[in-house]
Amino acid sequence: MQKIKPLDHLVLILGVLFLCVPVVMALMSSTHYPVDIHSNGLFLTPGDNGLATYTKVLTDRGGFTGDVTGLRMLMNSLIMGVGFAVGKIVLSMMAAYALVYFRFRFATILFWMIFTTLLLPLEVRIMPSYQVMSTLGLLNTYTGLIVPLLASATGTFFFRQFFKSVPDELLEAARIDGAGPWKFFIDVLVPLSKTMMAAIFIIMFIYGWNQYLWPLLMTTDEHFYTLMRGIKSILQVWVGSQIPDYNEAFALAVLAMLPPVAVVVIFQRMFIKGLTESDK
Amino acid sequence: MAGLSLQGVGKTYSGNVDAVTGVEIEIADGEFIVLVGPSGCGKSTLLRMVAGLETVTRGEIRIGDRVVNRLDPADRDIAMVFQNYALYPHMSVRDNMAYGLKNRGESRAVIDERVAEAARMLELGPYLDRKPRALSGGQRQRVAMGRAIVRQPAAFLFDEPLSNLDAKLRVSMRGEIRRLQRRLGTTSLYVTHDQLEAMTLADRLVVLNGGRVEQIGAPLEVYRSPASTFVAGFIGSPAMNLLDARVEGGRVVLEDQAIGGAELPEGPVTLGLRPEDLRLVQAGGLALRLDYVEELGAQRILHGFVGGQPLSVAEAGAAPLSDVVRVAVREDRLHLFETRSGHRIERAGLAAMEPAE
Ligand SMILES: Nc1ncnc2c1ncn2[C@@H]1O[C@H](COP(=O)(O)OP(=O)(O)OP(=O)(O)O)[C@@H](O)[C@H]1O
Ligand SMILES: [Mg+2]
Repeated sequence: MQKIKPLDHLVLILGVLFLCVPVVMALMSSTHYPVDIHSNGLFLTPGDNGLATYTKVLTDRGGFTGDVTGLRMLMNSLIMGVGFAVGKIVLSMMAAYALVYFRFRFATILFWMIFTTLLLPLEVRIMPSYQVMSTLGLLNTYTGLIVPLLASATGTFFFRQFFKSVPDELLEAARIDGAGPWKFFIDVLVPLSKTMMAAIFIIMFIYGWNQYLWPLLMTTDEHFYTLMRGIKSILQVWVGSQIPDYNEAFALAVLAMLPPVAVVVIFQRMFIKGLTESDK
Repeated sequence: MAGLSLQGVGKTYSGNVDAVTGVEIEIADGEFIVLVGPSGCGKSTLLRMVAGLETVTRGEIRIGDRVVNRLDPADRDIAMVFQNYALYPHMSVRDNMAYGLKNRGESRAVIDERVAEAARMLELGPYLDRKPRALSGGQRQRVAMGRAIVRQPAAFLFDEPLSNLDAKLRVSMRGEIRRLQRRLGTTSLYVTHDQLEAMTLADRLVVLNGGRVEQIGAPLEVYRSPASTFVAGFIGSPAMNLLDARVEGGRVVLEDQAIGGAELPEGPVTLGLRPEDLRLVQAGGLALRLDYVEELGAQRILHGFVGGQPLSVAEAGAAPLSDVVRVAVREDRLHLFETRSGHRIERAGLAAMEPAE
């Protein structure tokens, strides 16, 4: 074993501080009163307004219509994140399956066409997408929020590479065992892809969770507001002598952090288990 | 259970690659047929056409009395054992074996019974609930066999099933496969490039060369009268010596030395001599200039030159050797081949003559 040097530890400790202090700051500041934050800046010590802030943020009805709670926004964000991740996994797995296992003409060209869309982020096609959704009457629906973003070049690419690494003999054995295309997919490929699915779930969940621009465009009805929009709208109340509720913004930010952390922690375990269990 | 019949079977891959051409084989019910040949000669292609994993370009394949050319692999009533076993990594040994039966819609009771039976036969009982990754190579091989057995197919197809195993295990698995096949009496088609495996397993050998059948016959028959120089060089270890000789005045002459009679037109022939048919003698015979000696324990193999041509001799002795030894040829063990085509010239053409000792 290599000797552990004090310098290594120092570097690590600095890194940990660098990453953790802002989080701690947000958490601590969320337990103070907005006035204190406004006059004293951020806090690194707990205040006594914590319980009240979080209760208010989660249950207080706000917005123009006066019935959007933090809980509602949390739920909307969750629907976005999970819908995104699951939808993308299902869609890209099926696309990759078709590309790898079915001999149809232009498969390679199609793949590269899908692949080049990696170069085109959502922002490039946001207006046409909006137009389509609006024509279909899907503004202010979960369908409209989620479906247009489901096609995933990244996911398709990863699953394609993974399927290509599955030995052909496995398919042949399955064919001899009487498994048709659908059965082979469900009985063999899906269980083998668990690790890949976990990895892509993590990435896509966070991607969906963090969406800001698209929900902003797609939803005018406050019932579909996500946490990201909620935080923004708290900070937008700077009119006259009114101070934004900094503590609430911080509380929402902290809340917004929890589900992605939970997803990473849960799936990471599966992810590592998958990695160490498979012998390929 | 059923026989197998291949009629004029050929395969052309895209790009006009002729992998297999005009293969005619009739396989009786319960027979163990080994397809043998060097790498790239089309063994796997032929087997995969029988399995239905590759389309048949020409000809007709029958299993029993059904033409199966257009049937799905699952409907052909065959089972296949792959070189890399191709076990489903995420399923237990039990599920691996049961999967095909489940897909066929067999009842739970039948599946359990067949799996238990196969596990007993293959001594896999203790491993039934393990995943393949927790098994040794030999055990995985047995699971792959088990998966084939539980289906009770009309034919087993094996594609080099033992080549991932170490030498010792290969020998014992070889015996096991043979015993199992005898016991079940299932028609089997077995691909290997290992001529020893081919000799020991087969009821009949099919020697393939460049996609064509070179010879079909019982192992000893193929060993004793190879149909061509190709078969002669391929079957038997160490390989048969193939030497350029001439027929002159009714005698076969090798490097100015007559070694046997032959009622053949004058001209060049290829002379085949098995190393194990040659003997060292004190005087007479051919002069073999020794190059090097391989000691195998039970025997040693002498490599050297007769005139300018390489020749090897297998010999059981341990006596010290001089630089030049004398080698006697048993005249009734000569093989003659046409030099141009490589075809065997039948022994009828060999007239009896006094041995060239
Ligand atoms: N999909 C394919 N497309 C084109 N040619 C192919 C294809 N598969 C095999 N071949 C060619 O067909 C010939 C026979 O291949 P095959 O795999 O049957 O050989 P083999 O006898 O099994 O060899 P080995 O002992 O190395 O497994 C080879 O020359 C190979 O290059
Ligand atoms: Mg092969």
